[in-house]
Amino acid sequence: MFRCLRKRRQLHAVQNRTAAIRKGSILGFSCVRNEVIRLPYFMQHYRDLGVDHFLFVDNGSDDGTADYLAEQPDVSLWRTDDSYRLSRFGMDWLGWLQMKYGHGHWCLTVDADELLIYPQHDTRKLPDLTSWLDNQGRQSFGALMIELYPREPVGQTTYQPGTDPVAALPFFDPDGYRSTWHAIFRNLWIQGGVRDRVFFGPDPTRAPTLNKTPLIKWDRRHAYVSSTHQVLPRHLHDVFGTPQYDRMSGVLLHTKFLDIVVEKSKEEQIRQQHFENSAVYAEYHKALTKSPDLWYAGSNQYEGWRQLVDLGLMSKGTWG
Amino acid sequence: MNLGVIVLAHTALQRAEQAIRHWADAGCPVVVHVDRKVDQNEYSAFVDALSDLDRVKFTRRYRCDWGGWELVAATQNAATELLDTHSELRHIYLASGACLPLRPVSELCTYLDARPETDFIESSTTEDVPWTVGGLDEERFTLRFPFSWRRHRRIFDLYVKLQQLIGFKRRIPTGVVPHMGSQWWCLTRRTLNAILTDPKRPIYDRYFRKVWIPDESYFQTMARLHSTKIESRSLTLSKFDFQGKPHVFYNDHKALLRRSACFVARKIWPRADELYDTFPLPYDKPDDHVTPNPSSVDRVFANAVDRRTLGRPGLYMQSRFPTVDRENAVTAGPYSVLQGFAEVFDDFEGWLTKATGGGDVHGHLFAPDRAHFTDDSPVYVGGMSDHPTLRDYNAKMFLTNLIWNNRAKHQAFQFGPMDTQTINWMVAKDTNARISVVSGAWIISLFLAREEFSDVRKEAARLQQIEHKQLKILRSPFTKARVRVMTLAEFVRSPMETLQIIVDEVSEQPHPRLAEAPSMVKLDGLGAFLQDLRNQGMHPFLTGEFAEDTDTGTSLQTQQKPYLVR
Repeated sequence: MFRCLRKRRQLHAVQNRTAAIRKGSILGFSCVRNEVIRLPYFMQHYRDLGVDHFLFVDNGSDDGTADYLAEQPDVSLWRTDDSYRLSRFGMDWLGWLQMKYGHGHWCLTVDADELLIYPQHDTRKLPDLTSWLDNQGRQSFGALMIELYPREPVGQTTYQPGTDPVAALPFFDPDGYRSTWHAIFRNLWIQGGVRDRVFFGPDPTRAPTLNKTPLIKWDRRHAYVSSTHQVLPRHLHDVFGTPQYDRMSGVLLHTKFLDIVVEKSKEEQIRQQHFENSAVYAEYHKALTKSPDLWYAGSNQYEGWRQLVDLGLMSKGTWG
Repeated sequence: MNLGVIVLAHTALQRAEQAIRHWADAGCPVVVHVDRKVDQNEYSAFVDALSDLDRVKFTRRYRCDWGGWELVAATQNAATELLDTHSELRHIYLASGACLPLRPVSELCTYLDARPETDFIESSTTEDVPWTVGGLDEERFTLRFPFSWRRHRRIFDLYVKLQQLIGFKRRIPTGVVPHMGSQWWCLTRRTLNAILTDPKRPIYDRYFRKVWIPDESYFQTMARLHSTKIESRSLTLSKFDFQGKPHVFYNDHKALLRRSACFVARKIWPRADELYDTFPLPYDKPDDHVTPNPSSVDRVFANAVDRRTLGRPGLYMQSRFPTVDRENAVTAGPYSVLQGFAEVFDDFEGWLTKATGGGDVHGHLFAPDRAHFTDDSPVYVGGMSDHPTLRDYNAKMFLTNLIWNNRAKHQAFQFGPMDTQTINWMVAKDTNARISVVSGAWIISLFLAREEFSDVRKEAARLQQIEHKQLKILRSPFTKARVRVMTLAEFVRSPMETLQIIVDEVSEQPHPRLAEAPSMVKLDGLGAFLQDLRNQGMHPFLTGEFAEDTDTGTSLQTQQKPYLVR
């Protein structure tokens, strides 16, 4: 938390429209870098779901991301050119904004390549969900991250900005998720999925973490620890079901593997800003620049939330 | 107008206003109670908004806490006012601000006109109901609860523990038999008046003041004292989750609500515009005679409970406990446990033997009188005796031996809550077991036997408890068997699909589509029989909802007193 206070000076307000935030508004937080291609659909998806105001941190984009965001009527934008990694992957910056503006609001914290869905999301919006969570006495909502990928090798089809990325990346792994209990942070640590299958076979403990807690009724004492995977105080990420007790949960559709990932990986190789162990990720980014084929015979085509519920990847809990 | 309405509102007052308008437009006098916790400005605006309706009156405001007495006091007060000012009323409907009429109010009136003497109030004794929040059922009536459960949960729990520890018990007033049920009722003027003017009311009120959640028990208990004709069900469709919180209806429930043909539903989500635009349905054709059928709604909400237990093992939700007893198959090969089928069909064993053309299909192997082997012989392959004591001495070994001795053939046997229950855990944990249960099917033999009603009631409560316990085992995380559970109502509606699965399982190969179905026992009048049980305070929840057909004239109504708690 002190880190958030210290790092706040790295942020420079570009466009502050937070005066528009009302009591009960649902806020979206995101830290982006060169995401102008993904953002139009991202904005559309979350506006549809009922996010009232977006707070973005732009980490040194040079593709017009900042201009695009500053034009949006429901966006407040901050800019920083400091290190993403040293700011715990943007969490320190966002932490400061959450502390300042998020207190008492339901706050959604997602990356530009993450689309949150949950049971009934086509007919029930976020205010419906958060009011139900309030009623159940829950302060947080968990989601499993599911990686989407194309039928062809990565990078062969061109994605048109503004269109649904799920159409370009219709496949996902229906099983192969494993979970362990994280002793320190007391959350369920879920790994697996396609990246595990293709890239992290030799070193599975390094595979990406897939459990997230993106939606939280924020209190100024809260803080994300490692991306949105872990959060303090610890009871907030007690969000997944146990065998005896089914909890409602959602899914974050991860649209990383659009064609632009190939270019981005080249850049990442140079920046070396990624998670815990950059050396491991160097291999992974190298593999990505070679247009790998992620599809296999066991892949499922994404059909909608009902399918994910039937597969047991998310749960309706008691939200009948 | 014969129908008056009490509306209890505490939030989303705009929606409450809409609901009140529906009632008032149909000509019903309405008395509205608004929780004192609603702030004064908001309240005034609400009163102003409804000032154009002279049928709507506002009553003294109480501050209502969940589970507290004030809600009952507010209802009593509103009811007194309604009865005093409108002598023409014959039925009083208790609704909330989150209730919405689904069908035209006039249809409800017609329905009630045809049943002028009937009180519609869900009311069951504590031993018969599965819904209990915080593990308190009977103790709701025998302990004291001066602390709010919502606001002071710790003190609440501590105080309950303390009372349990020192063995404290309140005395229940003489003549009072505690009953519980849905808070939302529709009572006749006669019954309601009798409750409100009972000379012993101060005694009852003093007692219920300290009962926990009296709004689910006060009128339910009092109605048993005063009513001559109770239909133990609520005319308001409302569903609860396992924590006792009401399910909320959203826009996507529109078709479901329409199909339910219920008169009123709650709770409706205040932002569900589509529902508020659609309901109540306009009065177009005379379908007044359609009786409410909440069973379809039941199914949807019950499925939410089942899905988690029937999911595939090995997914993330299961793997939280790596120490789960991983004892796999304890038996030699696959076998089938069939529960309830022999009750639904005539000579089910014979039919299944023929249909599979292979496996051994036994009767009730664990019946109290003897083990019913397939050929009804006293000794079966491997020198197995049919003697019940010998069998029950080690029932698990009996079963493993039987399957080992006949491992060339798939073994199938009938099972039920009247049989020896000691094998339940073993079978549930056994990956070789294929368990199919039609829950509540035991009701059929009781229904057909037509014995003394009080005996039937007692036996039904006993069997239901046993089966409920067994189903809990089957739904536990340790269960590794292939389990299929459906209620009697569900099964009877479409039996063929399940039968096909069972035939495929027993013969251990897929079969062509079944040509011949077994003949089903005649079930006419079962719905009425179940409603009778309900009216007597026994709630047969495992059978599922049968469409109400109480008007078919097969009523078994007797004047038995309800079974006592103690």
